[in-house]
Amino acid sequence: MTKSHIKVTINGRSVEALVEPRTLLIHFLREQQNLTGAHIGCDTGHCGACTVDMDDMSVKSCMTFAVQADGASIITIEGMANADGTLSALQEGFRMMHGLQCGYCTPGMILRAHRLLQENANPTEDEIRHGISGNLCRCTGYVNIVKAIQYAAAKINGTPYLEAAE
Amino acid sequence: MNEQVKVDIDRAERTEKLQGMGCKRKRVEDIRFTQGKGNYVDDIKLPGMLFGDFVRSPHAHARIVSIDTSRAKALPGVVAVLTAADLKPLGLHYMPTLAGDVQAVLAEHKVLFQNQEVAFVIAEDRYIASDATELVDVVYEALPCIIDPFKSMDGDAPILREDIKDKMVGAHGPRKHPNHIFEWTIGDKQATDDVFANADVTIKEMLVDHRTHPSPLETCQSLASFDKVKGELTLWGTFQAPHVIRTVVSLISGLPEHKIHVIAPDIGGGFGNKVGAYAGYVCSVVGSIVLGVPVKWVEDRMENLSTTSFARDYHMTTELAATKEGKILAMRVHVLADHGAFDACADPSKWPAGFMNICTGSYDIPVAHLAVDGVYTNKASGGVAYRCSFRVTEAVFAIERAIEVLAQKLGMDSADLRIKNFIKPEQFPYHSALGWEYDSGDYHTAMQKAMDAIGYKQLRDEQAQKREAFKRGETRELMGIGISFFTEIVGAGPAKNCDILGIAMFDSAEIRIHPTGSIIARMGTKSQGQGHETTYAQIIATELGIPADDIMIEEGNTDTAPYGLGTYGSRSTPVAGAATAVAARKIKAKAQMIAAHMLEVHEGDLEWDVDRFRVKGLPEKFKTMKEIAWSAYNAPPPNMEPGLEAVNYYEPPNMTYPFGAYFCVMDIDVDTGVAKTRRFYALDDCGTRINPMIIEGQVHGGLTEAFACAMGQEIRYDEMGNVMGASFMDFFLPTAVETPKWETDFTVTPSPHHPIGAKGVGESPHVGGVPCFSNAVNDAYAFLNAGHIQMPHDAWRLWKVGERLGLHA
Repeated sequence: MTKSHIKVTINGRSVEALVEPRTLLIHFLREQQNLTGAHIGCDTGHCGACTVDMDDMSVKSCMTFAVQADGASIITIEGMANADGTLSALQEGFRMMHGLQCGYCTPGMILRAHRLLQENANPTEDEIRHGISGNLCRCTGYVNIVKAIQYAAAKINGTPYLEAAE
Repeated sequence: MNEQVKVDIDRAERTEKLQGMGCKRKRVEDIRFTQGKGNYVDDIKLPGMLFGDFVRSPHAHARIVSIDTSRAKALPGVVAVLTAADLKPLGLHYMPTLAGDVQAVLAEHKVLFQNQEVAFVIAEDRYIASDATELVDVVYEALPCIIDPFKSMDGDAPILREDIKDKMVGAHGPRKHPNHIFEWTIGDKQATDDVFANADVTIKEMLVDHRTHPSPLETCQSLASFDKVKGELTLWGTFQAPHVIRTVVSLISGLPEHKIHVIAPDIGGGFGNKVGAYAGYVCSVVGSIVLGVPVKWVEDRMENLSTTSFARDYHMTTELAATKEGKILAMRVHVLADHGAFDACADPSKWPAGFMNICTGSYDIPVAHLAVDGVYTNKASGGVAYRCSFRVTEAVFAIERAIEVLAQKLGMDSADLRIKNFIKPEQFPYHSALGWEYDSGDYHTAMQKAMDAIGYKQLRDEQAQKREAFKRGETRELMGIGISFFTEIVGAGPAKNCDILGIAMFDSAEIRIHPTGSIIARMGTKSQGQGHETTYAQIIATELGIPADDIMIEEGNTDTAPYGLGTYGSRSTPVAGAATAVAARKIKAKAQMIAAHMLEVHEGDLEWDVDRFRVKGLPEKFKTMKEIAWSAYNAPPPNMEPGLEAVNYYEPPNMTYPFGAYFCVMDIDVDTGVAKTRRFYALDDCGTRINPMIIEGQVHGGLTEAFACAMGQEIRYDEMGNVMGASFMDFFLPTAVETPKWETDFTVTPSPHHPIGAKGVGESPHVGGVPCFSNAVNDAYAFLNAGHIQMPHDAWRLWKVGERLGLHA
């Protein structure tokens, strides 16, 4: 199959690649770029395990062709840590509040939460619940995911927050 | 500050540093998972790796007239196409199931359920493999199918399993019909029937625990790599029980077990779906053996929901007999169990209906009888325990719905009826009418605590007022109060009654202390999100006085881990957790001898103090475990072998019996059928609590899955056997928006036979949650004489209840 040339910025790194027109962004990231953090959970865009950030929007990368990302800037879970390698507020929040169990939905959930906090720096619980409703988690029951996002929001905003899961 | 206070502070500081049992230790797993550095099967890439994909049947029941693979093979990038004809000479077109049946790997003459595996295409990438499945030409001749299990044994029913049609004695005794799998009975039938014949009050209800699916977010997958030169197979896969998989692969492939390396890497949730062996695993192995290169198989979501291991599908005719004062005298249950096309239940061998005989629940019921008939239908095979011990959700659903039905008939409050019939604390260990010995319990305390916490009496008063208001036409909302008081049976199990493929259901731990005092420990279990790397280390930290952060837990590699039966049925803490404590105690006993030698005293003069052995009466004379570890390698006592390690294979003397009291308050809009959970309170007693943070997380997750099952999740078929909605479009997985907020609480009744008193908790919230939600819905409509309302309780079905009762204008 004829391949298309694409240029993408991934986690601040410029990448050029040849991809088949039908190659999904998730497979491009996972298989060609070896960024296996984003996962495939449903193939139909419902579960959000494949969520990445593309040009300041949350995108389900199993619903996006790699060619659609041509010229775009993408952030994946591998690009979420602080510059010094420490966990970012969201990553830390998920750990401190026990916001994950099997870890499979976590990269997508964190990327979605990242964009949510860009859109709304101080969301209410209800806004968080609606804001992550495109991302399914089978393990946690969401209570602690909500707390993890609240933890991160507070830490980023410099407001008081609960230190850890009660 | 006096001396004693100083000592106490010092001990508390040393204890805290260990991060042992009882503390909310943060999970070690999360460091990698939050950075996208987990290592799941599909993350593994090997040089030259090929991809497999299945051609699947569009029919529920059809004869295969012909299979033509030539067009597929001609597609560039396709390497091979396997059919039953290729597997048959190897004896691999069928594989044994854990339930004593056989299951087709690739269909030979007939297909027996929609999406059954017919051919396996192997290609250079997954897109080409998928393309090629479209190019395999299969000609089918459709046959009449059986979807309703109640029609399986009709005289004119088509015979489904022609491969075993003459084998009228199955793995579990005589078969009454070619579509019958087994009949399993327990209890005193005559005595039970006699009580029913003479009882003041009896109830009888058909309670359906409908077909659903565990549906972990990561589907089932495997990667096989056969080294032709060494004759060795390495198999990575989504295996909740990697050691059992190694044995199964050895048995069916003929490869010696020591030449098979099974590795379960990180697993993205299991919930029972990843216990069994599937056609995809076998085909990736065969593909790799035949081609000599690695072959990966990754299930898509539709395949997952429609083929690998459904759960439930139990049709339970449930009866209770009682006095008019509400003392339950007997229970009688008949189950029609729909196992689909092959009996691929993942139960211990001797338990074709799992532990369904825990159905007498938390109550002192003098006599009972249970009969279960398993039948074949044209549906996917399985019958796995979805976030529960074997058939325990079904059993608890039966008793906890039935007791509500009885309460209504007696005109009694159902909480009072439960309390009146509870097994009393002094009755433990309690021998149930259906054969179990409950190890411990304190039901009255738990129930009272729960009722106080939820404000039970006030809720009933509020409900009474709302019902009056509804009758007066002032509200269109119905209020339901759901209760469930469950007793689980987990931690399988004792060798006398629990085995899988003849292997006793022990589990294991091997602990090795290094010279510098850090530890690696390996278990026969396999975490799928439960946080084993965190919690097993906490057990060892407390037992051996080494900080949990200095302990690495490793599971899932059958080359390095001791043999174990795996993680399901809440057995990790009850069995491998016990093995961990026992192995640690073996090490501690040796450490005490070494310490005595170092301190030049008699062993009996030493006492354990958090992280050290000290001389009794001389607390300043001590050796820490770290110092002892060095000595074990550097200067062990004369005649003692060096090193400091131990292994334990723990065979539990009994199961454990966690219990809990759950309450749900629900408001239902009678005109839309939309049900809103106002409160859900869960009190769990799982015995000793290792990590309260993780326990709470497990409870949250289990309740969410219970909510899903009760309120909408279902695998449904039409009359042609088409699976209706095998995607997340139709299959209900709750999002953060509809998931209720959970309130958790606990009591602690340690297991008397477990080394640390722990009972297991991961599945309790699911087991207790399902009937609690269903009871809330049923309670909402109870005053309108709705009768029993079957699950799942989605808005459409509840709207239909309102319609049936004439409640809509």
